[in-house]
Amino acid sequence: MLSFILRRVLSGVILIAVISFLAFVLLYASGGDIARRILGENATAETVAKKAEQLGLNRPLLVQYWDWVTSALTGSLGRSWFTGELVSVSVSNRVAVSLSIVIGTTLVSAIVAVVLGVLAARRGGGVDGTVQVVSLIGFAIPGFLIALVLVLVFAINLGWFKATGYIPLSTSVSGWLSSVTLPIIALSLGAIAAVSQQVRGSVIDAMSRDYVRTLRSRGLGSNSVVYRHVLRNAGGPALAVLAVQFIGLLGGAVIVEQVFAIPGMGQLTVRATTLGDIPVVMGLVMAYAIIVLIVNLLIDLAQAALNPKVRLS
Amino acid sequence: MTAIDVPLAVPVAPVRVSLWRRLLRRPVGLASLIFLVLLGVIAVIGPFIAPQDPNYADIRNVLAPPSAAHLLGTDGSGRDVFSRLLVATQTTVLAALLALVVALVLGVIGGLIAGYYQGWFNNTATWVTELTMALPGIVMLLAARAVLGPSVWISMFIFGILLAPAFYRLVYASVTAVRTELYVDAARVSGLSDTRIIGRHVLSVVRAPIIIQSAIIAGIAIAIQSGLEFLGLGDIAVPTWGQMLNDGFKNIYKEPLLMLWPSLAIALTCIALTLLANVMRDEIERTVSVRRKRRRAVATATGSVAAVTTSVALGGGDVVDLDEQPIYESAGVIVHQDDVRSKATEKVLEVRDLHVGYDQPDGSHIEVVHGVSLDIRKGEVHGLIGESGSGKSQTAFAVLGLLPRGGHVTSGSIRYEGTELADASDRAYAGIRGARIGYIPQEPMSNLDPSFTIGSQLVEPLRKTLGLSKKDATQRSLDLLARVGIPNPKRTFDAYPFEVSGGMAQRVLIAGAVSTDPDLIIADEPTTALDVTVQAEVLDLLRDLQAERHMAMLLVTHNFGVVADLCDRVTVMQSGLFVEQGPVRAIFHDAQHPYTTSLLEAILDEGPARGPLTGTTVVTKGAGA
Repeated sequence: MLSFILRRVLSGVILIAVISFLAFVLLYASGGDIARRILGENATAETVAKKAEQLGLNRPLLVQYWDWVTSALTGSLGRSWFTGELVSVSVSNRVAVSLSIVIGTTLVSAIVAVVLGVLAARRGGGVDGTVQVVSLIGFAIPGFLIALVLVLVFAINLGWFKATGYIPLSTSVSGWLSSVTLPIIALSLGAIAAVSQQVRGSVIDAMSRDYVRTLRSRGLGSNSVVYRHVLRNAGGPALAVLAVQFIGLLGGAVIVEQVFAIPGMGQLTVRATTLGDIPVVMGLVMAYAIIVLIVNLLIDLAQAALNPKVRLS
Repeated sequence: MTAIDVPLAVPVAPVRVSLWRRLLRRPVGLASLIFLVLLGVIAVIGPFIAPQDPNYADIRNVLAPPSAAHLLGTDGSGRDVFSRLLVATQTTVLAALLALVVALVLGVIGGLIAGYYQGWFNNTATWVTELTMALPGIVMLLAARAVLGPSVWISMFIFGILLAPAFYRLVYASVTAVRTELYVDAARVSGLSDTRIIGRHVLSVVRAPIIIQSAIIAGIAIAIQSGLEFLGLGDIAVPTWGQMLNDGFKNIYKEPLLMLWPSLAIALTCIALTLLANVMRDEIERTVSVRRKRRRAVATATGSVAAVTTSVALGGGDVVDLDEQPIYESAGVIVHQDDVRSKATEKVLEVRDLHVGYDQPDGSHIEVVHGVSLDIRKGEVHGLIGESGSGKSQTAFAVLGLLPRGGHVTSGSIRYEGTELADASDRAYAGIRGARIGYIPQEPMSNLDPSFTIGSQLVEPLRKTLGLSKKDATQRSLDLLARVGIPNPKRTFDAYPFEVSGGMAQRVLIAGAVSTDPDLIIADEPTTALDVTVQAEVLDLLRDLQAERHMAMLLVTHNFGVVADLCDRVTVMQSGLFVEQGPVRAIFHDAQHPYTTSLLEAILDEGPARGPLTGTTVVTKGAGA
């Protein structure tokens, strides 16, 4: 088990190193152009060169990368070219905000998807048909459109929730709930659609397994077999889909944060992108990559807990 | 809403009947196609029929309501919404197509090469795929935008690269599956070039799934593109649906209607694409299942014809009209009278005129057991023999009330010690299944849950059915494991099913079946999946357990050797009907039905045969006299 974890962590670290190199090269390769974009079209070649020198962009790319790596290892990701703020500080301030929404969405969609999927698989007929149609539409409509409709109906017309802004969990639980409810609904519909389809398929598959019949032949009720044995065996594929969904939710949050004016990673990414604030973009890319890596690791561990074959091999 | 989240379309057999024609017959498919065709037409002619310059901003006339001059009003900068919508359609559709084409070219070609030649190319491609999965797609697009500037074309080109794995995995999986097929080997042997083989045999297999995947990918491309543009990251001079949405959102308090048109366009297009993909998948799956069903129907039909042939032959007629409808008769069973050795104990199980059928997805009904009757007495071992597909297992599952999904007892009666169990609910079976009737399955490995230890699968029913404490249930399980001949019960108890051999697993299943002390065991081919040497040991174990616990047993098998070894009485089953029934000695000595005699002859080929032995004795006697 320990070697399993170590292997996963090691391959994750390698992946992070590769991503950091690729991202750095792609972001910093056009050194001179970056300085021009910051200064605007009217800047003279001289001031552009001066700016490039000031930002260290005139040095060889590999030297710049080496500098970035050595300071990153000490916890410093440089400063924003525009605000002068430490990248590590401004990114970490926003990670918690985005994660609280994305994790909330993941939990909500996992629970709803399992309930719907099991219901559709066991009841069949009309219940199944309804769940299928709703999932299909939930899958088809982009989450930010759902977000816009929710803002229009529940925040602007009915005034039930805050339309914009974010209240940290530490400040007020009810305030936090009111500020994240709509974003979470908007984000979770698509995830629910995808995961519930997977749960439905896996449960139908698991229920037709021979061991389910054998366990029932020994007097176990169909409910207890479903909850103990079917769900455990259907859990693996469903978790895999949930992992993919999580990455998608991080991306979806970028747009949804903008709709609800939530100061998360997405908002910072959009701002840094429009400004061309490369150190901040670089820091954000690394933050996203590390979050995805950790989530994948957690999902792997959950898979191992569910499936002894993974754990023991 | 996700970048790389694309469900893999199921690789299916090539479709020869025109898929498009069948799509048109489905209302949802027709509506989606009409919508998409209209969209395509607008995308082509939109800029030419736009009444005004989409970028002309009339500052004095912002947020104007719909009028003759402005069909849909003007936006926040005073631009004509209708004209913008027409022009934006072209950009949006073209940019999404760009992403789709890039993904198709990279993914399909990469998948074909990697799948067909395997090797390093595949390893590299897998690595690249993993890299693209390490970040949310939209974050990569934003990062690219920071360097490359605002252009919907550049970002859709990059997005196409990010989406390529969706096609790559699909094509790779199909190609890997196809290249090991015999007909591809045959094509290679007969000297066809690799490109010919890929073109003819491989592409034809993946064509339909690729079309389905394309519809899904196009929808995702439109969603992501609109999202990026909505964030205000696009080029202001190039109108798109997402950009119109952005303008509408800025004026959401003043004029919420502005958001309606682009939202409708995005949502309807995404829904149409998804529905189309879904209908296509349904249609393809249906073709496959219809083909399978046809094959099955042919098999049943021939089986029934065989039944008619034999019964006619028995009746003395020798002309058979093969086109005649099959006739099911339960009265056609040849019954041998009980002999002196037959058990005269009371009946535990009475099955009368049992019919079992399956509901089909299209609403029809297929009957697999056509009215069979049998009795099992206390302590008696009753063999149910017949070839595979004759309905033996269906009869057994019907008694257990554990028919697979869609299966029902359609008529007849199953009485266990007076309780009616035909098509009964789980509640009716409570206290009977497990506690009174046990079950030993055929395939040892698939009948143990791989996610739980062997011990927990034994303990759980004991606690539930017999109400034992955890400690008592554990002790009883360990004793049972020792009783069924497992050398190290504790180790097997703690092991997972995949850690023990097939023979061991079958012993575990036997231990599980008898653990709750049932009076009747239903054993469904309990030795078929085992090695010959293990078969004999397991049969010995079954015989011993049956004798020491005085259990009745319904032993389903296709092997007369097993019947001779264990059974008191035997029923021969063919094509869903019983043909001959009686004490085992009577059947062996005096088989009447041609199917029974043919089965008896078949055991000559199957190891230790006892039937002919008696015949040999007779001959010896005759010679000695």
